[in-house]
Amino acid sequence: MLYYIIRRIIAAILMLVVISIVTFGIFYAGPTDPARLTCGKNCTPSSIAANRHALGLDKPVTVQYANFVKGLVSARTFPDDPVFAKNNPDKVTHCPAPCLGYSPLETKLVTDIVADRLPVTLSISLGAFVIWIVLGVGLGIIAALKRGHWQDRGIVAISLVFYSFPAFFIALLMYNYLSTQWQLLPPPNYVSIFQDPAGWFQGLLLPWFSLAALFAAGYVRLTRAYMLETMGEDYLRTARAKGLGERTVIFKHTLRAALTPIVTVAGLDFGGLFAGAAITETVFNFQGLGRAVVTSVSVFDLPVIVALVLVAAFFIVMANLVVDVLYGVIDPRVRLA
Amino acid sequence: MSSDPLSGSDTLVADSREPFLEVKDLHVHFPTDDGLVKAVDGLDFTLARGQTIGIVGESGSGKSVASLAILGLHRRSKARLSGQILLDGEDLLAVSDQRIRSLRGNQMAMVFQDPLSALHPYYTIGNQIVEAYRIHNSVSKDVARKRAIEMLDRVGIPNPDRRVDQYPHEFSGGMRQRAMIAMALVNDPKLLIADEPTTALDVTIQAQILDLMKDLQKEFGSAIIIITHDLGVVANVADDIIVMYGGKCVEKGSVDEVFYAPQHPYTWGLLASMPRLDKVRSDRLDPIPGNPPSLINLPSGCAFNPRCAHRSEVEGDRCRTEVPDLLEARPGQSARCHIDAARRADIYAQISGQEQIPVQIPDLVQDPVQDQTSDQKP
Repeated sequence: MLYYIIRRIIAAILMLVVISIVTFGIFYAGPTDPARLTCGKNCTPSSIAANRHALGLDKPVTVQYANFVKGLVSARTFPDDPVFAKNNPDKVTHCPAPCLGYSPLETKLVTDIVADRLPVTLSISLGAFVIWIVLGVGLGIIAALKRGHWQDRGIVAISLVFYSFPAFFIALLMYNYLSTQWQLLPPPNYVSIFQDPAGWFQGLLLPWFSLAALFAAGYVRLTRAYMLETMGEDYLRTARAKGLGERTVIFKHTLRAALTPIVTVAGLDFGGLFAGAAITETVFNFQGLGRAVVTSVSVFDLPVIVALVLVAAFFIVMANLVVDVLYGVIDPRVRLA
Repeated sequence: MSSDPLSGSDTLVADSREPFLEVKDLHVHFPTDDGLVKAVDGLDFTLARGQTIGIVGESGSGKSVASLAILGLHRRSKARLSGQILLDGEDLLAVSDQRIRSLRGNQMAMVFQDPLSALHPYYTIGNQIVEAYRIHNSVSKDVARKRAIEMLDRVGIPNPDRRVDQYPHEFSGGMRQRAMIAMALVNDPKLLIADEPTTALDVTIQAQILDLMKDLQKEFGSAIIIITHDLGVVANVADDIIVMYGGKCVEKGSVDEVFYAPQHPYTWGLLASMPRLDKVRSDRLDPIPGNPPSLINLPSGCAFNPRCAHRSEVEGDRCRTEVPDLLEARPGQSARCHIDAARRADIYAQISGQEQIPVQIPDLVQDPVQDQTSDQKP
């Protein structure tokens, strides 16, 4: 078991290194010019060139990558030129470790941008995750147990409806009806949980349900399918033949086997949460990571894009690792792999 | 119903041969979209403590369904059951769900065909045996674990204290089946039903498992129902045999009598179709022509009649129109056939006479086919 975990950790680290190289390579060796953003409308080629030099963008990609990796553990300054730093100390931006880069567009350190937006994204995503797991898996189990009856048909039909609608449509529908017209849910608004826990909770209810609706529908179908598949297994007949009550057969024997693939899917979805729910954040005007990805791509703010991609990749790789290990814990047959 | 295992037996042993399990006119029907599947259509038998009865039949003859009915495992399905199943006087078809659950795994237990799929892959063997034990006995986990180790040892699994914490996939096939037997016997059941327990195993392991079951029966005194399609297994372990066809019992009696003086054309066909070491190898096998009947559209009259070679022995068209009753042919043996018992004995003497061991091996030169099998020794 230990070797299994160690092997998985090493694989995850290697994967992250490769991802960072590839991401860096794609963006910085690509055709767009980050220096173009640094000076607004009236840009002379010489000022662009000067900015490019100041940001270190004229160095080869490999050197830029090395600087980036160095910046993860030690501090960096922008611009990198020590002479410039001595002459104009107030125009130099100091970037403490871990340094993910500097966005000339927003004139902020990328780390600060991420740090500002991460709580927002986490608040929406984690809350919605809890809701969609509980709802999706719970309803899926009910649908499987009551197969063929009205509960099953009803649940499957409703989940099909939600699954078919695009995320923004559900979000707007809910915003319009649940919040504005019928006033069942408070208007969406983000306040930090440390400032106002009650306000935080209320302001997030609508985004939670609108994001959860889509995913829950998928989980209902998945859970129902895996439950039905497991319910036909021989070992359940053995369990009943031993004299176990139906409750025990379902909750101890069936669920554990049926939920194993659900854990995998949920784990991967959880990793994906850190990329942010771009559509939901945009509809409800929350300043989260997903929103940042969309805006930074539309203006080609490369340092931000690169950093966000890497943050998302990091969490997804970590989630994969956790899921792999969890799978070994749940299913003993896998441990020999 | 005229077959009575007590008839002709010594009155001194009558008490020990009190029927422990009595199945009376059991019907198990499944309503499906295609029609009513009559999986079991009138089954009667009795079983005494310490006795073994073998239920033999082709796939789809209703043998597994009958055993599941005894355990009450059809209760949550759409099956319709009628008749009586008396376990020590208690009608299992009439008792409450709670009562039958308390009996399952406790007074009566079942061993299934494929131990790899019948054991939960995520729980250790010890965990599963402990669960079977603690359901019916309120003891601590430690006591239950000791009992599990004791049972694993009793069924011949080496290093039971280590094995008890292993998972089913870490056992070999024979070990798994032993573990399943250990799990079934952990509560000292009076009735053990073994549904094709050795079908998934190779022949040498098969012999070990059957020996184990016989030993355990001597030790625990349990009644055993063994369901199989393998006549060799039945000959080895069973005292009595029931041959099932199309949901009904077509022949019933002690193993010796049924094997040496079979009374039903189906049984004749079964015995004749077995491959034999004493036959010349170039002879083809002798299967029963045709296929098992659909349980939804059983043939009218005797279910075996489309495949029976001796229909002409019965006057008129009785085989096709009238379902034969299970009548006693010899003391302690019954068969469900229209042909007169004496006539059946004659027919069988004729057909079995054709399969006698050849006194002389044919001369190798005369038969060119023999050259290919020339290493065959007399």
